[in-house]
Amino acid sequence: MDIIVCVKRVPDTNEADIQISGNFINTKGLPFDVNEWDKYAVEEAVRLKEKYGGTVTAITIGDSESDDALRRAFATGADAAVRVSDDIFNGSDAVASAKILAGAISDIKHDLVLFGAQASDDGYGATGQAAAAILGLPYASLVIKLEADNGKIRATRELEAGMNEVVELPLPALLTIQSGINEPRYISIMGIRKASSKEIKVLSAGEISVNTAEIGNNSGTKTEKLFLPPVLKQTEFLTGSVDEIAVKLAQILKDKGGTF
Amino acid sequence: MDFEFNNEQRDIQKAVREFAEAEMSREYMLELDRTSTYPADLLKKACDLGFLCIDIPEKYGGVGYGLTEKAIVFEELCRMGAGVGMSLGGSCFGLKVLLNSGTEEQKNRILPRACSGEGLPFSGAFTEPDKGTDIVTFPLGTTAVRKGGKYIINGTKTFITHADISKYVILLCQTDTNAKPSYKGQTTFILENPLDKPGYTVSSFEKMGWQTSHTTQISFSDFELPAENIVGKENQGFYNVMSFLTEFRIETAAAGVGMAQGVYEKAVNYAKTREAFGQKIGKFQSISHKIADMATKIETARLLLYKAAAIFDTKHDVPPHISSMAKWYGARMAVEVADDAMEIFGGHGYIIENDVARFYRDTRMLELVEGTREAQKNTIAASILGRLD
Repeated sequence: MDIIVCVKRVPDTNEADIQISGNFINTKGLPFDVNEWDKYAVEEAVRLKEKYGGTVTAITIGDSESDDALRRAFATGADAAVRVSDDIFNGSDAVASAKILAGAISDIKHDLVLFGAQASDDGYGATGQAAAAILGLPYASLVIKLEADNGKIRATRELEAGMNEVVELPLPALLTIQSGINEPRYISIMGIRKASSKEIKVLSAGEISVNTAEIGNNSGTKTEKLFLPPVLKQTEFLTGSVDEIAVKLAQILKDKGGTF
Repeated sequence: MDFEFNNEQRDIQKAVREFAEAEMSREYMLELDRTSTYPADLLKKACDLGFLCIDIPEKYGGVGYGLTEKAIVFEELCRMGAGVGMSLGGSCFGLKVLLNSGTEEQKNRILPRACSGEGLPFSGAFTEPDKGTDIVTFPLGTTAVRKGGKYIINGTKTFITHADISKYVILLCQTDTNAKPSYKGQTTFILENPLDKPGYTVSSFEKMGWQTSHTTQISFSDFELPAENIVGKENQGFYNVMSFLTEFRIETAAAGVGMAQGVYEKAVNYAKTREAFGQKIGKFQSISHKIADMATKIETARLLLYKAAAIFDTKHDVPPHISSMAKWYGARMAVEVADDAMEIFGGHGYIIENDVARFYRDTRMLELVEGTREAQKNTIAASILGRLD
């Protein structure tokens, strides 16, 4: 099974004081990592290859700093890597990114295309879906289990309220992978060593099938404003017996969308 | 001059950091420390990922990187683990004597077992009860006497890390008691599974910190060793050990930088969250300057560490005074940073569960192993002043 997995390098904003300049996060000094969901997607791709044979190709959009994400895919077990890179890509929204990736994917032999369910930076959760539509591939989202069977793929999807759904898709197909589908392996030094000798293929806009009038600054959406909402401090003291406080607390958590 | 790690080195740092942050939680480290448990499970995982034998050539089962990459690994393991990191890195103590001086047969047989973790821990037995750093003034008390195809070993080695569990021991003995100077009559041997053999007794010391590695004493009583277990040439053992220790001191410097970084991060986090007198304590200049000093010292020691490692990787050797500088300063700096962290935490630092005390105890060990600060300064001074007869 030949598998393509799309990955994205994202800033790790978990512990940082976010600084916004214009409509962008100021990424200077922020640590970067591979998008969490993409780590699961790469792991799943490599596991499928190890089980069924075939190849894994990782693709990303970005400048040479995004090679980090591709080297990590190599170290996990990917066989090839492609970075599509062009100044004209700057400003692409989720759909435009999907058009760029679809342009690269369509030139590579594939039975299965995997995306992370969403990216931790812009969080659209749309690039995989859009790429499936552009490529005309059957599609399933939020996949938490995968089995290949005789030219088909059976995917278990995570629904709301704890429900799961199993769907069957003919290959080739495109799936977006939910976190928790597997436990991504640790990167080994042997993997890093192997990755160092592998070549990352770099393609510009002119080398893939994409209409440059529909991407970058010509994307359908434009960011108007990026801001941190003001922090509201609300303190409420609960009074009464322990039982009464517990009931009040449970009601507040329920109203605010907390889980037990 | 480039002060940045290359891509592979950054990937290695990230890989080990991810592993250490996930597998070496504070709770787990404290549990190992409290129960004086050798981290055998972590060792196996670290070996499977190629962390510990990263600098052993691929043909012997390692990954073939250099000392710089080894230092990166060691720094990260000690950042989370303090003494547990040292227990992992120290499990390969003496291995390089075999790599540098052993026969092909010995290396092909033993090194792949070590790299897989099955042949670890390795121990190096050099120190004797009345001879620590000074193994040159008088002949060693531990003797190896040739008898046919065997050597008969008698004597005592002390402060030997892991000898209660080690699979292999590199042993330094006096083979020529009449040699002048006496160190020209010393020979290195490799002991294989010595715990199963007669004439080999190990006892353990209780100590102040570094609880996850047992510090032991080995008594040899007519212990028999096949003559082919010599490592290197007869009466060349002193040189084998000295060149090994010169290299290993750089690893100890990495442990110092890693431990200091780990306890420093705890202190920074505490200074940013703990409030006193109506403000975050990090706003008090006495705290903020302490943190600035800690950061500066760590960065200074790190520069010295990676300079020493880079020289070693380029020239396959390092001047002893450079490795001694990296070692003593790395260790002293770690002790001072741990002390400052304790001060920033106040009484909370003295409480075990906050895990500053463990760093405080474990860093102190770094100044004592492989030659005290004073011994390192002797080496450095000798390189500057000469003999001054």
